[in-house]
Amino acid sequence: MDKTRRNLIIATGAVSAVAGVAVAVPFAWSWWPSERAKAAGAPVTADISNLAPGELQVVEWRGKPVWILRRTKEMLDAVKKADDKVSDPKSEVPLQPEYARNEYRSIKPDVLVLVGICSHLGCSPQQKTAEAKGEMGSDWAGGFLCPCHGSKFDLAGRVYKGAPAPVNLDVPPHMYLSESTIVIGEDKKGA
Amino acid sequence: MTRLMTAAWDWFDARMPSVAEEFRKHASEYYAPKNFNFWYFFGALSMIVLVIQIVSGIFLTMNYKPDAALAFGSVEYIMRDVPGGWIIRYIHSTGASAFFVVVYLHMFRGLLYGSYKQPRELVWIFGVLIYLTLMAEAFFGYLLPWGQMSYWGAQVIVNLFGTIPFIGPDLSLLIRGDYVVGDATLNRFFALHVIAIPLVLLGLVSAHILALHDVGSNNPDGVEIKKIKGPDGHPLDGIPFHPYYTVKDFAGAVIFMMIFCAIMFFVPEMGGYFIEYNNFVPANPLQTPAHIAPVWYFTPYYSILRAVPPLFNSQFPGVMAMGISTLILFFLPWLDRSPVKSIRYRGTLYKSALAIFVVTFLVLGYLGTEPVTVWGQSGAWLGHADRATVAARIFSVIYFLFFFLMPWYTAIDKTKPVPERVTM
Repeated sequence: MDKTRRNLIIATGAVSAVAGVAVAVPFAWSWWPSERAKAAGAPVTADISNLAPGELQVVEWRGKPVWILRRTKEMLDAVKKADDKVSDPKSEVPLQPEYARNEYRSIKPDVLVLVGICSHLGCSPQQKTAEAKGEMGSDWAGGFLCPCHGSKFDLAGRVYKGAPAPVNLDVPPHMYLSESTIVIGEDKKGA
Repeated sequence: MTRLMTAAWDWFDARMPSVAEEFRKHASEYYAPKNFNFWYFFGALSMIVLVIQIVSGIFLTMNYKPDAALAFGSVEYIMRDVPGGWIIRYIHSTGASAFFVVVYLHMFRGLLYGSYKQPRELVWIFGVLIYLTLMAEAFFGYLLPWGQMSYWGAQVIVNLFGTIPFIGPDLSLLIRGDYVVGDATLNRFFALHVIAIPLVLLGLVSAHILALHDVGSNNPDGVEIKKIKGPDGHPLDGIPFHPYYTVKDFAGAVIFMMIFCAIMFFVPEMGGYFIEYNNFVPANPLQTPAHIAPVWYFTPYYSILRAVPPLFNSQFPGVMAMGISTLILFFLPWLDRSPVKSIRYRGTLYKSALAIFVVTFLVLGYLGTEPVTVWGQSGAWLGHADRATVAARIFSVIYFLFFFLMPWYTAIDKTKPVPERVTM
């Protein structure tokens, strides 16, 4: 075959291939979250003035459940005791803002704020109180159980060793507007 | 009248002879082995189910609304208010499970008679692609009723992609189109389920059949019938697909449709296995159902996913194991080193391996439908692990051993001599 024609065919083919890939861009692009979906991810405010000790409140943020748990003295003791049974007792994996990277994974020791989504594959764990010993075993001191794959978490959202979930539950960015009002999704640094 | 029809046909045939040509090539002059048995029904039956799904699916789209606020209600509307709507929906939901029943039996046939072996490797590869595409189709379709199982099933599967190192979180965001499974996800899954994936399926089915008809069908003896031909140039052990096997498949289809209709009319939910009870509850992003499990046809793989513990703070190894457990099927033609195809002439080793594999697949499938606490906790010697998890781990290992050890046990297996011609 004539060399010039052959080169022209190769050039045409190459340019068409580039064009083909370029055409795919807008289609793939359309799969990103729309502006409306992004706007729906704004912070939410929760009033915890009526939250009794030991009680759990669920608020929705970015379509996910956020738990607010007011822990009793016994519950906080249970967190301390669970240190050697959980896989990351010191919260070394950065799943919490710096201000919640402490013993109880919270700003105020008694008020725990967690994203109620299992770090395994995104199901929402359920609260299992210390009364659920029959189902959870005799040494159960209260915490959360993921119904999908059986991961267990303690009362600070730390995952028990041997569970399918690799890391602890997320603590979302949050801050107190007053003693009884929490903003979830935003903190003092404006994150 | 007959004369008129003959004239019309001649007129058509003169202008488009390829219709008659293709019919001869793929039916009336396609020579298939004369010893096909019961196991050879399931290829034709999967084609029938494909047609059932396409037709019933088209009619469902006429009343279904792919909108997070309307989807659940529109399915209930189809069930209660649309004349005959409940029949159409139950045809489609029963068809989904029936599809996997016949495809699993069809694949098992391949394992029995070595239908994936040389020269049919491409037939097998297209078949595995069909199987994977079918899983995608089933997964996208399962989100559409927008019930609790739809929602949380999709949540789990999309997050599987989120575990891929580096690109994972962005990839699952791209798939969902939102920070959670939502309206955007439902809408795009609808598009994929009703048009994109079915088109791919049809293309793959065509490739599967063309590849099969190029090399010719295998048979229960694993004998190549093309090796011995009669004076007419046709295999001595072959008979034309049409009318012999069209008639046989038609009889099979009648029995199949009787079973299909019995399920559809009397037990469409199949005790929660074909339609899970939690899917009668509308999707609620804030509450995961107490027990979540995929539909029965995914549960063996789901068991493997659940069985693998996390490594290096990542659940990716479990996802990898699940991926490998399906993708390894592609390599079957090269893992099997046996000189014979059919189970009839294989030795004890392969027969036992296949039997263990079938049991393993069924046990993994069962475990995947149950919560991990189903068998209680073990004693202190196993660290109080859930018994079901321990069992799933053991059977997952056996699942992989069936494939990984195959080059070895098929090579040393004592085979029997294969006859020249097919036996009946």
